[in-house]
Amino acid sequence: MLESIVIVGAGQAAAQLIASLVQDGFTGSVTLVGDEPHLPYQRPPLSKKFLAGELSFDRLYVRPAAFYEKAGTRLMLGTTVAQIDRQDHAVVLADGTRLPYSTLVLATGSRARTVPLPGADRPGVYFLRTIADVEALKAAFAPGRSLVVVGGGYIGLELAAVAAKHELRVTVLEQAPRVMGRGVGPVVSRFYERLHREEGVDIRTGVSVRAIEPGHVVCSDGSHPADLVLIGAGALPNVELAREAGLTVGEGITVDAQCRTSDPAIYAIGDCTVQHHALFERGLHLESVHNALEQGRIAAAAITGKPIPAEQVPWFWSDQYDVKLQMVGLSAGHDEAVVRGNPDQGRSFAVFYLRQGMLLAVDAVNRAPEFMVSKQLIAEHARLDPARLRDERVAVKDLKG
Amino acid sequence: MAKITFEEPSGKLHTVDMAGGQSVMEGAVKAMVEGIDADCGGACSCATCMVYVAAEWEAKLPAKQSDEKQMLEFCPHVQANSRLTCQIPVTDALDGLTVKIPPSQH
Repeated sequence: MLESIVIVGAGQAAAQLIASLVQDGFTGSVTLVGDEPHLPYQRPPLSKKFLAGELSFDRLYVRPAAFYEKAGTRLMLGTTVAQIDRQDHAVVLADGTRLPYSTLVLATGSRARTVPLPGADRPGVYFLRTIADVEALKAAFAPGRSLVVVGGGYIGLELAAVAAKHELRVTVLEQAPRVMGRGVGPVVSRFYERLHREEGVDIRTGVSVRAIEPGHVVCSDGSHPADLVLIGAGALPNVELAREAGLTVGEGITVDAQCRTSDPAIYAIGDCTVQHHALFERGLHLESVHNALEQGRIAAAAITGKPIPAEQVPWFWSDQYDVKLQMVGLSAGHDEAVVRGNPDQGRSFAVFYLRQGMLLAVDAVNRAPEFMVSKQLIAEHARLDPARLRDERVAVKDLKG
Repeated sequence: MAKITFEEPSGKLHTVDMAGGQSVMEGAVKAMVEGIDADCGGACSCATCMVYVAAEWEAKLPAKQSDEKQMLEFCPHVQANSRLTCQIPVTDALDGLTVKIPPSQH
């Protein structure tokens, strides 16, 4: 029987999977089901260049329509999946249509986390996850208007940066004691708080939002004027289909090194997964483009029986104003954070996170060389001398000693 | 419009007609040129769209900005004639450009 793959979810992981299947010589049929009405597109520019109007709609697409046509992919966009019938090897759509599969790939991604705040469902309250979200937000984006961002994570701060450039009056409210707390260390958080303040954004940390009312947001430190409100409260993996089908689900859909779920006929890739990472010796649930692409490549190789690509060190990036933040590795478990450069002045430094001298992660702020070198150093479990890392007279190429 | 030729590590040539209004990286990805990974989608954050530029073309391309220089400094397989294709906009002046793809982008 000809192999038929059904992919549920049409994001970057799915697009990479299809591209890799083509490259790996897959000859069976592929059906791509996505709930948004769009071809797979890049989400990172949504909160950056696309929102700023610097990137047109068609340039968001990962691949043009002609690519899917040439690959022979059957596109079912704007289509919702209701359930997985594992017994019968079929995906059941919301309208009852059944799509039989020999291999199913769940690339269901994640969705914006909502907050149980009074008034969170009012008009003028936005989320930022999809093209539709940004189109709605763009229409309300005008100089002089006041914007309150609830949540000082990447999305919230990237949006705050674009809004400040567009001369909106921006306030960011973060419940934790520092911004971007989940992704970077305290030194980097403090830098970003300074950066945004220098650009005219009012950053408040350690405050909790009580309610969203017409024209303002009520908060533990008072009331903030708000013509519009953006909720940036993180993302939740879309694991419901998998869970209802009885697959093993933890922080995401649990997959093995080949991206296979607890059902050997079903793979899962991208934001919706949790996978053991050999380098970090634990299960990782990553919400990143790099992870989506890597798992797309891995699943394609596994499906076609090609060698599985070597595991890479996870990395992430965030662009705010003229500052490029590049993060590589994961700092959890570090016992020392070594700063290279001055985070209190200017806009360029790097923080190296070590555990007993072994490099675990780096946050590089306008420091691409440190970032690029560290990718390799983390992969090889390099042990580094903190004194050399700190000393800017030691060239980046000599950091290893 | 510009005709740009990519030479894959195997020596196989891949010539692509590219319209303006995009980067050389975007044109290559659309045309399924193998070996242009472009993981970050053009944010100059990953250095996985690197190519080697033929000598006669090096001076004809727009000069490298600081972002690109910094990313290239420690890019795997980098050479003096390396460029990141996401940083090169397609223009008519690029017609006939030939670039070589590195053995790997990692």
